This record gives sequence, C-alpha cells and structure tokens, in this order.
Amino acid sequence: MTLGVVVFPGSNCDRDVQWAAEGCLGIPTRFLWHEERDLSGLEAVVIPGGFSYGDYLRCGAIARFAPLLQEVVAFAERGGRVLGICNGFQVLTEMGLLPGALTRNQKLHFICEPTDLKVEPGSCSWLQGYSSGEVVNFPIAHGEGRYQADPELLRQLEENGQVVLRYCRNPNGSVGDVAGLTNAAGNVLGLMPHPERACDPATGGVDGRRLLASLLG
Amino acid sequence: MPLYSARVLVSLRPSVLDPAGEATRAAAGRLGVDGISRLRIGKAVEVELEAPDEATAREQLELLSDRLLANPVIENWTLELKDASSAGA
Repeated sequence: MTLGVVVFPGSNCDRDVQWAAEGCLGIPTRFLWHEERDLSGLEAVVIPGGFSYGDYLRCGAIARFAPLLQEVVAFAERGGRVLGICNGFQVLTEMGLLPGALTRNQKLHFICEPTDLKVEPGSCSWLQGYSSGEVVNFPIAHGEGRYQADPELLRQLEENGQVVLRYCRNPNGSVGDVAGLTNAAGNVLGLMPHPERACDPATGGVDGRRLLASLLG
Repeated sequence: MPLYSARVLVSLRPSVLDPAGEATRAAAGRLGVDGISRLRIGKAVEVELEAPDEATAREQLELLSDRLLANPVIENWTLELKDASSAGA
C-alpha cells in the first residue's frame, strides 16, 4: 500500500508531501515522474504544490496534458483517491476532475501564512478524522488561489456537500470562502492550503496529519 | 500546404474580477490619465498553422483556443484568422 506523489518540472512540494507521509506518518511513498504511466500498486495519488511546467499560460494548464495525468484520470474514474494540493488543486480543475477554476488573488499578493479553516466533512471519507465545524490551521502559499464558480455551480456544490473546507477569514476572494472541495463521487479532493506543512511538530501544528492519514483509507 | 496566421485574444469573463486590471487602472490615474472607466487585461496569442484549407485551420484553432489557450470557466476567447499566405511549405 503506497502513496504516489506526482513530480512535474517545477513541482516544489513533492518532498514536503513525502516527508509528511513517510517521515511523519510512516506511509510508504513513491515519486511519479510526469512522463511515467505506471500507477500499479498505488492506493492514492497526490498532486503536490509548486509551479508545474512554470505555470506558463495558466496555473495547471500545461500539466493537464502530461502523460502521467492521463493515467491519473483513469485512476480517478476507477475510484482511486486523488489529492491535489495548491498547484495540484489548480491542475485538477484544469483537468476537469474538479469543477470551477482558480485565478489571481483578489489583492494580487502572493500570500504565505498560517490560515484557519473550517472543516465541513459531511460524508467525505477524507475528513472523517475531523469533527463537523472543527477549525484547523494549515499554511497557505499561493498567488492564484481565488476559487471561481458561477452562483449556480456554487449552489450545487454546497447542496451536494462538496465544499468541505472553507476559510474562516477569506484571504484571496474565493467565492463562498471555498478553500477545498471534492468531486461528486468524493474520491478526488483539491485544496489550496497545505496539509503536508502541518504534519511535523518541528514546523508548527499537526492538524494536517489526519487528512494525510486518510489517504490510505 | 497554406500557412494561416491567427491571433487569439483571451480575456477574463466580465463576471470575473480582474485585480491586475484594477491595479493598472489605479496607476493610470497616478500617471495623470483620468477618466478610464474600464481596464481589463487579457492575452494575445499569435499562431501560425499549416492546414489544407481555411475550414480545417479554423477548426484546429478553435480546438486550441477552447481547450488550451483559454479556460472557458473563467475566460472568453476570440479568434482572428487572416488569409493564408503563399509562404507555406
């Protein structure tokens, strides 16, 4: 039972995810280079933060065409668990595995700071380690994290319980204070904040541990 | 095959806030250029494409614009296709 961590040219949180999963939680990990196609033996796949392919054109726009991600689509369609963090969330929206889009922060700043988030786990199996309405603290580090969805889409997402993480104090202008959401089936989760940076007591809190631990079901 | 030149203009949808445009508008006022009521920033992508005929060129460029150059969730795009030049290979 192994966790796959996608590595694009320009990824920079791949090793953070490995440290959090393997170093802090004892979950075996395997790096997946963007040109690979082999996802055998993996329980879940993480698309980490960074600047995939330099984020040219739009964040995540070019990553979407990576050979590996064609396999990740098939993996997700078979019910495999896919977690996209920060740039990984942007990639998931560009791929169409998650609805909506992420764009420039309202006040244009790149924001890097600890952020309080309200967890609304509902039936989301990723977040069953958290209680409903619990406030957790994960760092954010992004310039383009403003979640966009038209009012009708946002209403549907909320009705379906897909908005599972919201900012307590909206830092970037995201509609509905959305910080993280799942697909309709619940096996794909994307979030802008970094749970992998909230796993090691040496660097702050450990609120992210329960999320990463749930990757292996 | 004829060589087609095109320009694809990508802009944020009107309903999506353009903070970079707003910041630029504010700077225009400080430059002394007053009276700008709207300033939106987009992208212009210049493309040259070989295709057997104009209909095929248009079809390929539309696919490119809709699936790669723009994200239709937040952006609109328009395609300007020029006449084929004879310089094509």
